[in-house]
Amino acid sequence: MAAISVAGKAARPTTHEGRLWRKVRQNLTAHGFLFGALLCFGFFTWYPMVREVVMSFQKTKRGKTSWVGLDNIDQLLQDPAFWQAWRNTLLFTLLALVLGFAVPFFVAVLLNELRHAKSYLRILVYLPVMMPPVASVLLFKYFYDPDFGLFNSILRALHLPTSAWLNSPDTAMLSVVIASTWMNMGGATLIYLAALQGIPGELYEAAELDGAGLWRRVWHVTIPQTRLILSLLLLLQVVATMQVFVEPFLLTGGNGPQGSTTTVVYLVYQYAFNFNNYGAASALGLIMLVVLAGFSALYVRLSRKAD
Amino acid sequence: MDEPLTRTLISQTQLDRPRGRLLYRTVLVLTVAGFTVVFLGPLYWLVTGGLKSTAEVIQNPPTLFPAELHPDTYATAWRQLGMGRLLFNTLYYAFGALALQLLFDVAAAYALSKLRPVLGNLILGMMLATLMIPAAVLIVPQYLTVLDLPLLHVNLVNTPWAIWLPTVANAFNIFLLKRFFDSIPEDLMAAAAIDGASPFRALCSIVLPMSRPILGVVSIFAVVNVWKDFLWPMLVQPDPANQTLNIGIKSLSMGVPQNVIIAALAIASVPTVVFFLIFQRNIMSGLTSGGLKG
Repeated sequence: MAAISVAGKAARPTTHEGRLWRKVRQNLTAHGFLFGALLCFGFFTWYPMVREVVMSFQKTKRGKTSWVGLDNIDQLLQDPAFWQAWRNTLLFTLLALVLGFAVPFFVAVLLNELRHAKSYLRILVYLPVMMPPVASVLLFKYFYDPDFGLFNSILRALHLPTSAWLNSPDTAMLSVVIASTWMNMGGATLIYLAALQGIPGELYEAAELDGAGLWRRVWHVTIPQTRLILSLLLLLQVVATMQVFVEPFLLTGGNGPQGSTTTVVYLVYQYAFNFNNYGAASALGLIMLVVLAGFSALYVRLSRKAD
Repeated sequence: MDEPLTRTLISQTQLDRPRGRLLYRTVLVLTVAGFTVVFLGPLYWLVTGGLKSTAEVIQNPPTLFPAELHPDTYATAWRQLGMGRLLFNTLYYAFGALALQLLFDVAAAYALSKLRPVLGNLILGMMLATLMIPAAVLIVPQYLTVLDLPLLHVNLVNTPWAIWLPTVANAFNIFLLKRFFDSIPEDLMAAAAIDGASPFRALCSIVLPMSRPILGVVSIFAVVNVWKDFLWPMLVQPDPANQTLNIGIKSLSMGVPQNVIIAALAIASVPTVVFFLIFQRNIMSGLTSGGLKG
């Protein structure tokens, strides 16, 4: 390869010193280009990562910081809200997977079969993703209103029993999940759709010649062919849904009736910004990190395979 | 505008049979109708809700069409919630973040891809490692960092930098850009170097013009991310004068008549929805090319 020359004296590839100087200069230029991004990463992700771990083992009282070992974790384990937040978060994740994983897959398969109105339908599915979360969430809050809300009006018109939606501890979390699915399903649907379009048509033809009906074709061709993307998205969704914050925060003020929608991230928020207990908030974040690390590691392994 | 047919789950011959055709028509009509109601219906409700009178909005059962039009509700919402201010703030944050991301992330990706400095791979690895950290975990230490920036001891709260600078630390952008830059032939870079072009010149006259598609994708997502963010701007912009649409509407919505809030929500949704309709092709392709690894 031709020598990459930097203008001026350094261009003369003569002595050993000249080469060294050129290398130094090249590196200085390169690191100059990296400087801004490095600074931002340093300040806003790398340093906070270290600080998160350090703060988990510290307590700050009246401006004085001291090491407290595992006290923060101890405090969390004794807080009933901690256990409830984890239960709620797992429930949310489970419901969000049933709805937010299965529904987009079904919709993607359906869209892939339709030969008309493709772009229109695709735009519609993705439309809610582009709305500011406050707009979507407050919209659903109006729909959920037990008295004049749209949902209960429809149920009444159909002579079906109405629901208290967000106002009852039994249905609050489900209501949050429904709103969240509406808001977010567009992304997953389009990714599935891209995966479905990559399936070679001959596979379906061959299966049909072998006498496979519609369901067997779904089971033996569609699902195996998209398995990798399905499992990647599943992991991604677990990691994303376990961090849910905005939907419960805006729909139910965070806690919901009898704490039924308190999620782990909301509890982190409460510890940090309502109780000013940064130590416990960090410890809770660290626990979350450990729980999610397993899923992230699995995701990285699978996505290497996908490349 | 439909794409060429490829064989899918159901074959063309199956569809061409009379029964298949009937079934297909039914499913198509049901899907189009269902999707329109489910995804467009709420938006329709939002826009018309803002046109209804206060009494009509909370009327039971709700009306499909406003009985009488009150377009002045939009004007009231605009004035009463200070929407102009909120809209301006959001735009300012979004496009400032976009400018900084384009500047620093492109430079970093270019350095990692083409200039290959010492420790480049380690730096890239450390950047990519941040993708594994759930964003929610870092909220607290990040907030404390912004409150008192280490070494410099500046407080960024209530300044736009608190929103702009953290968006630069986006490993996904850098990864996406670097992968694209990697595909630009090394011979072109070498030729430019022989012609005496500095690295900066090569970036501007070779790399950037060739990278338009990826720059478009990165830009769209940069703007949309800031537009949709909630928790971070709520923490770092406590002053009502600096708030974004999301936070402003939420905090000002107490005690305001419902039709006014609905009108405000409609106003807040218009920019991103219109933006989406204009750029939908780019957004969709960006989503399927890079979205998976996000």
